Amino acid sequence: MMNTPQQVKNPSSSLKSRFITRFLGALTKITAEDPISSSSPTRIFQRYRRIKVASNKSMAYSVRSRRIWSRAMLSRFRSRRSAFSGRRSSVKTTNCTTSPPPALIKVTINEKKTAKGGLDMQTDELRELVPGGEAMDVCNLLDETAHYIKCLTTQVQVMRKIVDFYHLSK
Amino acid sequence: MSSRRSRQSAAGVSRISDDQIIELVSKLRQLLPEIRDRRSDKVSASKVLQETCNYIRSLHREVDDLSERLSQLLATIDADSAEAAIIRSLIM
Repeated sequence: MMNTPQQVKNPSSSLKSRFITRFLGALTKITAEDPISSSSPTRIFQRYRRIKVASNKSMAYSVRSRRIWSRAMLSRFRSRRSAFSGRRSSVKTTNCTTSPPPALIKVTINEKKTAKGGLDMQTDELRELVPGGEAMDVCNLLDETAHYIKCLTTQVQVMRKIVDFYHLSK
Repeated sequence: MSSRRSRQSAAGVSRISDDQIIELVSKLRQLLPEIRDRRSDKVSASKVLQETCNYIRSLHREVDDLSERLSQLLATIDADSAEAAIIRSLIM
């Protein structure tokens, strides 16, 4: 019986594996439809855009609807595809349980900063960066941000390895 | 260790306890490369949020940059080939 996603055994390696599979599959499609022999700057730019979208899509699909940010991203992709945004995913709050912080690290909340009180204004910037962030409460925002960062670093790590591989084989 | 005392803020909207937020921000702080290596003193939540935003932006830029390099490097790639298997084994 699982309480939170964090208690799943080895979630990160299976997430990584799913991401790699999807991303490699997407790269296969991209290079098959547009081989690099046609290397005009426009084509290369288009290829770069497709690869970037493929990378973000692959990660969002690998996370599926388990996260608010991934749901937001997936509905973005879907509404881009169809002419109208048909399906609006409602923002569900996650079960916001937290683990105790390490003993040495202390964090203070500087409430004097804003008249609005607390972290509201300080989170504005973050809300723009995390998909779906506008509608989240602070608790979920921070939780989603942590997961989003982990996924981004996985994306970067995998892409780097692929780049290195092809770089070395030249 | 965390008290679940909820407090109505002045706005009357937030019922999330400060302790919960502190724990979450600490968790975030663990992920940030810069702050993590500094002395583990008290760090303000706003600093962590700022660093988090910067970090996310730099990660976005990296994905961008790597996508660009991949677009130039890739001749063809076949997900079913032995090549792809090598890549997988290198990554996992």
